[in-house]
Amino acid sequence: MIALATPAVVFVALFYAWPLVALVHRAVTIESLRTVWHDRSLRSILWFTTWQAVLSTALTLAIGLVPAWMLSRYEFAGRRWITALVTVPFVLPTVVVGAAFLAVLPASLDQSVTAILVAHVFFNVAVVVRGVGGLWEQLPSDLTAAARTLGAGPWRAAREITLPLLAPAILASASVVFLFTFTSFGVVRILGGPAHPTIEVEIWQRATRFGDVGVAAVISIAQLLVLGLAVLWFARLQARQRLAFGLRPLTDRRRARGVRQRASVVVICSAIVVAIGTPIAALVERSMRTIDGGHSLGAWRAVFGHEATVSRRPTAAGALDPAGSLFTSLRFALVATLVAVVIGGCVSLAIAATGRAGRVLDTGVMLPLGTSAVTIGFGVIIAFSTAPLDWRAAPVLIPLGHALVAMPFVVRVLLPTLSSISPRLRDAAATLGASPLRAWREVDLRIMVPPLLTGAGFAAAISLGEFGATTFLTRQGRATLPIAIEQLLNRPGAALHAQGYVLATVLAALTFVVIGGVELLRGRSRRA
Amino acid sequence: MPDAPILELRAITVAFAARTVLDAVSLCVDTGEVVALLGASGSGKSTLLRVVAGLLTPDRGDVLLDGQVITSLPTHRRNIGFVFQDEQLFPHRSVRQNIEFGLRMHRVPAPERRRRVDELLDVVGLAGFGDRRVTDLSGGEAKRVALARTLAPAPRVVLLDEPLTGLDRELHDQLVTELARLLRATGTTAVLVTHDRHEAAAIADRVVQLSEL
Repeated sequence: MIALATPAVVFVALFYAWPLVALVHRAVTIESLRTVWHDRSLRSILWFTTWQAVLSTALTLAIGLVPAWMLSRYEFAGRRWITALVTVPFVLPTVVVGAAFLAVLPASLDQSVTAILVAHVFFNVAVVVRGVGGLWEQLPSDLTAAARTLGAGPWRAAREITLPLLAPAILASASVVFLFTFTSFGVVRILGGPAHPTIEVEIWQRATRFGDVGVAAVISIAQLLVLGLAVLWFARLQARQRLAFGLRPLTDRRRARGVRQRASVVVICSAIVVAIGTPIAALVERSMRTIDGGHSLGAWRAVFGHEATVSRRPTAAGALDPAGSLFTSLRFALVATLVAVVIGGCVSLAIAATGRAGRVLDTGVMLPLGTSAVTIGFGVIIAFSTAPLDWRAAPVLIPLGHALVAMPFVVRVLLPTLSSISPRLRDAAATLGASPLRAWREVDLRIMVPPLLTGAGFAAAISLGEFGATTFLTRQGRATLPIAIEQLLNRPGAALHAQGYVLATVLAALTFVVIGGVELLRGRSRRA
Repeated sequence: MPDAPILELRAITVAFAARTVLDAVSLCVDTGEVVALLGASGSGKSTLLRVVAGLLTPDRGDVLLDGQVITSLPTHRRNIGFVFQDEQLFPHRSVRQNIEFGLRMHRVPAPERRRRVDELLDVVGLAGFGDRRVTDLSGGEAKRVALARTLAPAPRVVLLDEPLTGLDRELHDQLVTELARLLRATGTTAVLVTHDRHEAAAIADRVVQLSEL
């Protein structure tokens, strides 16, 4: 069984470990270290990255706790729809979120910190709602009632009882949101402009625009180390927080009673629908807006219609083929999904079958998840740019990078199912006359199919939306949807912007279809 | 009026969606009296206690404490104690911190709190348990802590929602005796909700069928 881990080990070694080694080896020199140390602009970028992440996290928490409270405390018609709706922004690709806020916010907020913060909150609220709401559901509402009968007012009860009990979930969600917003790349590239680079954007600028590979590498490695330490610290903090409260799984939701409760449910639901619907609607609207303020399908025709074939020759604006980027993305997503599912599936089997070695393997394949996509893309391009591994022009590097980012998700989805399969089922099949291979096929494989499909859906969605790593690996004429969207939106010209919005709408729709399919599938297998 | 009831319920009506759970229920409780409310499960006993505590607003009817209408007074200003069916001890706090919670809410100074908690631990037979984690308590111990916590801020009325359900027979009978003695000894006015006729008779001065109210 352990042999099944070989492809994953080779894959992670070649496309994760080796690129990091190459990054350190080729680029980190005394010279580049000294440059970084003395570079004052870097310090201000680090400062900006940190405070915008802290502020984004605080805002996301403050705003996310409201729907988390409502969804875990009240039962009402359409509750499941609202829960699903809250999750929507989180599955959208970062460039789509960026595009949606570029579309919805007034021009005066273009390239402002406010735009970045708003988009970060929009994107991450689901983390808080899912994470904190999950625990909140399990807190008996009578705990607060008990505090109230002992003389605590509503706020006092929240401060003394609810918040301390929710602390582990709040801390966990906050650390996830902090990591996401600290390493934010796609959103900042579209909304921040050159005025507000985060560390990730700076790495990309230095490496690709200024050819300052050494400095970019030093920043990448430093960020990797600091974030690694931060993750460890969060994990320890959480372990200490995780007291056994003896909470039993329960759902303590009640129907809203009285005018005030009903009104708050209605108001919060409406706010959710408006806050999530508006940017997405604006995205679609902008894809159809003409220069004179009217609406037409001109941009859609320019991208997908017959005229597109005529004007698809390389122009001064750069050889960008919007419709082609759709097919490039679909092709890459197919390859990335296949690779992630096959390699991830094999290593999951190996992890489930082995004890301690399995745990080491598990941690190993999770590593790419803890590394920013920008660092992965940067490392890969450095590692594969010299003989004997000069593959930098090979198109397959892009889907392989996507597969590396997606594989941890496949493993996470698959492992719980695999470890829940009782070996007795196989024994039972054997006593009924099935050969070992037949038993495995009839039992294990059957049970594995739904989570494998779920994993495949996640992998496809990740590949379709991947921006950070792709931005380093992309070559002219081979742009994926996110790359094309960013290029179109950051070029001057309303016609090009409209085409960018067209592609962002298409990418959003594709993501919905894939994730929606996965959710339907999961719903069906849960009922079965 | 010396003989005015401490607690009075006037025609309390509660409906959930289309189902009327309580239909014009009235009840008077005198100072120091222990009343047991008997009823089958689902008969609205707990709902009535929640109305008295202010955890639920009735659709119609009034709650009076010491002759004052408190129907819309928020729970934390009523000083009505509540012993929940499943204790609802605060899992992140020690036994002592649970019992002194109400005292802190009523701004009782620390030395006084300490004295009062020790006294209550003694009364419920848990002297020395102050620093235990409530998640480590046995079923009977948890019930006693819940009772001590409710009694600590000396509430005007104590409401007990099936406080002895879910215990084994022996422990149940022992706690019935203890509870009866404790409520008498502290002169507590109490409304006890139960479906157990014997329990009701053993603890209460007066047993009332909810269906007859």
